[in-house]
Amino acid sequence: MADVTDALRSYWLIVVMWMRSTMTYRASFLMTTLGNFAGTALDFVAIVLMFTRVDSLGGFSFAEVAFLYGTTSTSFGIADLLMGSMDRLGQRVRDGTLDTLLVRPAPVLAQVAADKFALRRLGRVTQGALVLGWAIARLDIAWTPANLLLVPVMLISGAGIFGSVFVIGGAFQFLSNDASEVQNSFTYGGNTLLQFPPTVFAKDLVRGVTFVVPLAFVNWLPALRILGRDDPLGLPAWVDFAPPLVAGACLALSGLAWRAGLRSYRSTGS
Amino acid sequence: MSRYGGLHAGPHAGLYGAVAASGFRRYSTYRVATAAGVFTNTVFGFILAYTYIALWDQRPHLGGYDQSMALTYVWIGQALLATMAMMGGGFQDELIERIRTGDIAIDLYRPADLQLWWLSADLGRAAFHLLGRGILPTLCGALLFDLALPANPLTWLAFLLSVVLGVVVSFALRYLVVLSAFWLLDGAGVTTVAGLAMLFFSGTLLPLNVFPGTLGDIARLLPWSALLQVPADILLGVHTGPLGLARAYGLQLAWAVTLLCAGRALQAVATRKVVVQGG
Repeated sequence: MADVTDALRSYWLIVVMWMRSTMTYRASFLMTTLGNFAGTALDFVAIVLMFTRVDSLGGFSFAEVAFLYGTTSTSFGIADLLMGSMDRLGQRVRDGTLDTLLVRPAPVLAQVAADKFALRRLGRVTQGALVLGWAIARLDIAWTPANLLLVPVMLISGAGIFGSVFVIGGAFQFLSNDASEVQNSFTYGGNTLLQFPPTVFAKDLVRGVTFVVPLAFVNWLPALRILGRDDPLGLPAWVDFAPPLVAGACLALSGLAWRAGLRSYRSTGS
Repeated sequence: MSRYGGLHAGPHAGLYGAVAASGFRRYSTYRVATAAGVFTNTVFGFILAYTYIALWDQRPHLGGYDQSMALTYVWIGQALLATMAMMGGGFQDELIERIRTGDIAIDLYRPADLQLWWLSADLGRAAFHLLGRGILPTLCGALLFDLALPANPLTWLAFLLSVVLGVVVSFALRYLVVLSAFWLLDGAGVTTVAGLAMLFFSGTLLPLNVFPGTLGDIARLLPWSALLQVPADILLGVHTGPLGLARAYGLQLAWAVTLLCAGRALQAVATRKVVVQGG
């Protein structure tokens, strides 16, 4: 436990340092935050434009798609804010600056995750949360205690699942430091996938993101329950409440992957 | 601007050719990164393709495309993503850094034209990205989905010419963005905003002919349409015949010339006022 507290403290110290550094260029910070907000909003604008031409997509109404969009974007936004710097690891392995991190008396994972912490990524979280709020206000959801509880549980578990993808992606860069873009397929790609209803996609793809890379637990399964819809794979009802377990398992797995990656690290020697 | 300022295309054509070749070679050395990029483009192509299928199932002739044309558009969009530097990854970060550190002063003293130098390097990069990151995703798409790729080699040639013009427009846009660093020093904000405009108005998120009403009419005239919409429409046979092609190329060429000249003018102002940072 002391280890975890120590890691979080290191993480926080580095984050504060980067926030102060960011605030030196205030105009640029405002523009990048706005850009981050607008960038994720553009995704949504594309969906809005789609719905100017159709009434439903895969049998889902605009508000329902907005709900899916809001949930995954908020989860992904939180993970991206906290862990999004992981994709710079390959760069550090390549130019040898990772060695500097290894000799510092702070956990390497905390240092890498907080490296160049980008406060501008709040833009994405805000935008996702706004769309989610709008969708919830617009939809006629049966607010049973279970559904009410499921919304925050889903958002946090989703962030955990995406966070573990970031860490595994980081660990993978120890093996192949040029391949950081592969991780985008699962992070940004996963986020794009989950913005649309599962009925849009081929069954095998839905099976893949349920059983292999468990992104379906970020929002699809719990969100379909909240929306009162059946999931296309016909899984038992309790699965909808599994996201915290899945997130826990993913995070544990990513911790192991990270350790294995770090152990295999050989410095460039330069 | 140095005393060597101005156009040197005549006597130095060989130089710019060499710069372009080195741009090509430079990016060709990142083999794993290229493979990773192909993988990611294919995954995104896959996801987008399914959403387009759902969209065109609802409205079979949306934007004048049938379903296989829409799917072709998706995969061509992924193939051109790196070529047009839609997600960054061109010369911008490097040149902004040179402006921020003051190294740009050295570049301005070189007996070569700054804009032409970077244009050549970017054309070399784009050529590599078209081959290295364009062909495989397109093949994947063609294997997995029913695409409307043309059989006529002349259509492909017309498409290729349009892609070259698109790269020039893309470069000219990014060059303008980079020059803003002379005033802002940290170019990250402008780069982000400009990147978004590029992603949205090029039609990467959604084809411009699906945009509703006036927004669509305006978007199709903006410079960003030269990056993906125009080349894709040439490949899909929307622009055919001498007149149709001339109109499509005309739009691209007009924007290329306008934006390159704007870049030149801005560069002149920037270098006149430049105060080199540091000592």
